[in-house]
Amino acid sequence: MALAKYTETRYRIWHYSYLVICASVFFFLIAPLFVIVPLSFNAEQYIHFSSGMMALDPDAFSLRWYEDMIYGTKNPWGIAVKNSFYFAFFATVGATTLGTIAALGLSSRYMPYKSLIMSILISPMIIPLIISGSAIFFSLAKVGLASSFIGVVIAHIILGTPFVVITVTATLSGFDDSITRAASSLGSTPTNTFFKITLPLITPGIISGALFAFVTSFDEIVVILFVAGGDRSLTTIPLQMWTGLREQLSPTIMAVATCLIVLSTLILIVTELLRRRSERIRGISAQ
Amino acid sequence: MTNGEIRTSDGELLSVKLKKVESRKRTGALILVLPLLLFIIITYIFPIIQMLQRSVDNTQMNDLLNNTYQVIQNWDGSDFPPEEVVKTFYNDLKYLSENKLHGKIAVRLNYEKGGFSSLIKKTVRKLDSFDTNGNYLQQFKEIHKRWADQEYWLALKRATVPYHGRKYLASFDFKQDFDGSIVRIEEKKRINVTLWLRTIYVALGVTLCCLILAYPIAHLLSVLPTRYSNLLMICVLLPFWTSLLVRTSSWMVLLQTQGVLNDFLVFLGIVADENRLELMYNMTGTFIAMTQILLPFMVLPLYSVMKTISPSLMRAATSMGATPFHAFRKIYFPLTYAGISAGSILVFVLAIGYYITPALVGGAKGTLISNRIAYHMQSTLDWSYATAMATILLVGVLVVYYVYNRVVGIDNMRLG
Repeated sequence: MALAKYTETRYRIWHYSYLVICASVFFFLIAPLFVIVPLSFNAEQYIHFSSGMMALDPDAFSLRWYEDMIYGTKNPWGIAVKNSFYFAFFATVGATTLGTIAALGLSSRYMPYKSLIMSILISPMIIPLIISGSAIFFSLAKVGLASSFIGVVIAHIILGTPFVVITVTATLSGFDDSITRAASSLGSTPTNTFFKITLPLITPGIISGALFAFVTSFDEIVVILFVAGGDRSLTTIPLQMWTGLREQLSPTIMAVATCLIVLSTLILIVTELLRRRSERIRGISAQ
Repeated sequence: MTNGEIRTSDGELLSVKLKKVESRKRTGALILVLPLLLFIIITYIFPIIQMLQRSVDNTQMNDLLNNTYQVIQNWDGSDFPPEEVVKTFYNDLKYLSENKLHGKIAVRLNYEKGGFSSLIKKTVRKLDSFDTNGNYLQQFKEIHKRWADQEYWLALKRATVPYHGRKYLASFDFKQDFDGSIVRIEEKKRINVTLWLRTIYVALGVTLCCLILAYPIAHLLSVLPTRYSNLLMICVLLPFWTSLLVRTSSWMVLLQTQGVLNDFLVFLGIVADENRLELMYNMTGTFIAMTQILLPFMVLPLYSVMKTISPSLMRAATSMGATPFHAFRKIYFPLTYAGISAGSILVFVLAIGYYITPALVGGAKGTLISNRIAYHMQSTLDWSYATAMATILLVGVLVVYYVYNRVVGIDNMRLG
């Protein structure tokens, strides 16, 4: 990105203003997230940077909102965390299994009506959540599964599968068919080829699809608003945050949000490691 | 090898054998896709179609007033209904009140004409004193003066039709008048058109803002050495992976009247303490928050396209005498069209159905059509109204989806 020595002044100015613009956009993207973190350590009940915090006075900071989050009686964050992980776990397993199998079929050269089927499978991602939520709720209510554990899991599987299908088909599209043909020509059975050759190669894609499914379920709010109804025992972290945010912006929510930011950082690290691994496996060296 | 036909080792025609193998592979591929396809169709597509039927469905009403529904079709709507219709209505109403079901039709009729709900309740109380031999219409008129108003009878007729598109009219602030003509509703009640326009305006505006903001940083990310671009990519990916509610709440913290942004502006002396900016609970809040939240969805497709553009193209253009701006306009920009269209359509589709952020940040002035649908779904329980609006929204989204498929191709969709 270095400028050549002979660059004219006006392009020089343009270049630096371009960098400034980029920096401000990056700031706009990332800064709002980090406003929350210090506020969650606020010793006061109000959500603003107190003068003590600005002066970095240790007394202005405290962990009381984290204590409130874990031991507080007003907000059942315990159940919410448990539920969120349960739902996300089962939804991820379901969506990843169904999605991966379907992606294997979709990537076949012989797949008929590929584009039509793909559009149907992707539709839960495209159709506005408010429509999905109410439709799923009505159908679950008809079979008596509204406000039930299974109902929520089914809803989350529906929402998670498009991501798995997309990531796994993307991985498979770069897949070299001659490898499996080589395996077969060397006497490997199709099952053996799949488990020994294909699966290890597409594992990064599957894991990244699973991560998407996990996050989709973990972060899902609109559909669960309908499906859980008013059932407090089905509450999740987003549902609890939604209720809290509608009442009042409390520092406890800031503490929860900080924990979620830590979680998303972890997910980011995992996806980055996956990407590198996938590149290494396929022999694409990092540029 | 007769007649130039090629046969396989087991003596079959090669072309036949090939077809067999292909069809087996086709079936194999279909079988793999089938579980998910059936799952999605049964638990998702079918429920959506069923739900959308509610928007025109009138069977609930017709089941309750079944006999009236049969005979009221004979009345042409002029003057008052004939005695036969009124008598049937009386019998239906009596049956409903004995089974305590009249509340349902009261609510439904009230959508048709204000004041119908109380009219039904008052009428039901006096049903027992009816002279079953006498003039029914006259007795109805004596119970309540509203029955002497032809409009209520017309409303009853309108409420007992097999299907109705009334909610679609209502979704655009129109209604069917008593004589059947379609007119706009009173000016102060017109809210839906405003909401549709606002939704489209916000979706387009957010898409445009995202494009303007995403273009330079996607370009920077694509030209920087991997070491630096990976680091900067975190700024895009961390918000992408972070919970929507976390990002929305951070905007609430920032934009409140007593929030961080206002505090900062007051501290700098740009804004006086007593007239802090109203950044939240209006369109500004919805707009800013949605732009930031959807920005990664624009950056990622743009980046993946820009990454494939060779830098030597621009160098070639400048070496041949093009100014950097000219080279950009003629060479670089056209090459990014694919990314622009992919990102724009993705952001637009996501923005047009946004619900959570407008509900929390938008207040009354910043809500979008999704919030209205949810309101009818959950508060007024007028499901046919909600589903009519949902259908319109869905059709809009599907059109964009179709265009996306045409322009970009779903197969080319990439995430992360």
